Amino acid sequence: MGSQQRLLVIACGALARELLAVIRASGWPHIRVQCLPADLHNRPERITEAVRGKIHAARGHFEHVFVAYGDCGTGGALDRMLAEEGVERIAGAHCYEFLAGSAAFERLNEREPGTFYLTDFLLRHFERLVIRGLGIDRYPHLTAQYFGNYRRLVYLAQQPSEARMEAARAAAGRLGLQFEAHSTGLAPLAGALVFAKRGAVQWAG
Amino acid sequence: MSDDDEIDLRALDDDELVEQMHDDLYNGLREEIEQGTRILLERKWGPERVLERALVGGMQIVGVDFRDGILFVPEVLQAANAMKGGMEILRPLLAETGAEPIGKVVIGTVKGDIHDIGKNLVSMMMEGAGFEVIDIGINNPVEKYLEALETHHPDILGMSALLTTTMPYMKVVIDTLKQKGIRDDYIVLVGGAPLNEEFGKAVGADAYCRDAAVAVDTAKALIHARRAARVA
Repeated sequence: MGSQQRLLVIACGALARELLAVIRASGWPHIRVQCLPADLHNRPERITEAVRGKIHAARGHFEHVFVAYGDCGTGGALDRMLAEEGVERIAGAHCYEFLAGSAAFERLNEREPGTFYLTDFLLRHFERLVIRGLGIDRYPHLTAQYFGNYRRLVYLAQQPSEARMEAARAAAGRLGLQFEAHSTGLAPLAGALVFAKRGAVQWAG
Repeated sequence: MSDDDEIDLRALDDDELVEQMHDDLYNGLREEIEQGTRILLERKWGPERVLERALVGGMQIVGVDFRDGILFVPEVLQAANAMKGGMEILRPLLAETGAEPIGKVVIGTVKGDIHDIGKNLVSMMMEGAGFEVIDIGINNPVEKYLEALETHHPDILGMSALLTTTMPYMKVVIDTLKQKGIRDDYIVLVGGAPLNEEFGKAVGADAYCRDAAVAVDTAKALIHARRAARVA
């Protein structure tokens, strides 16, 4: 096994671009990323076994495996499986937390629990995952049922641009929510990898 | 269904009409459900029978297909909206019958959690099954639950959470009930997408309910068991 295959990060597809950008920017060429479809979030009970399958497939091919998933609605099942397999994951309940940074996310959420978060990934796939995924294209009146308790949409921008800001603002308008944007960049995600207990960077040397 | 295939509900006999209403519920056709409900009432069906056979029976099929991954949330919500149409017609008639509810439920989502789609479905199915439901809404701190329990004296406390970050609050509520020595006065049911049976046990609930149909069955079974135990 060459030094280029020392660490595999098994990640949610919603983090693929961002992880690759962090890895490129941080100079961690020994890290490989394999993703599972982000659509698994529609069936979170399937995430745990899908990740386990990837872990088993990686055995013998990588020195270490690390998981870049939040709990993602598995209700602790992902963490229990990872403990059985002896594999660590990035800290945080969901990707909003490690994309925004835990402290910043906590502040946002405390200020307004009725917040719908968009990341760059969700913004790119807003039509497919939010509008079509929730059936709003077919049943527009369901918007009120889904979002009636939300007050605002916060766009957590990993790679902000004017066009993305406008698209996010339009998304908020479409859901009838106030708009707020926070440029997170990629630093919180890089930090979450660095500060993981035995995280990616410790394996980098 | 195209307009050409439109079915005249009045031309159907009772069994065919109930079957058609199950299909219409499945397809989320509120107007058709309202019409079917009225027709059955005109045919001298009691409101309880209409509710149980046509509406609840239809929603049970929807629930099973949702559990099996055949139907998804938007379709379930459409079906629920259709059922609500029928329920709105039946509710005043059910009240007139003076039938005792089979139990009383206080239900709400926990502090920090504003997601109430699941909780609303459970409330509707509980009501459909003959429970009196007091829905205390979203984002409830423990004080709100206590206040509702004191005011309404329910048989069942139902708590719901969608978020991994908010579901531990159920334990805060249950521990407070224990501290006050009132935990065993209530059947505590918990539910929500990230929960599971193990979590329900860990926080000290009587049961975890994975969906609205299970919540109804569990509520009925536990109330029955509790009443039987009291008689014994």
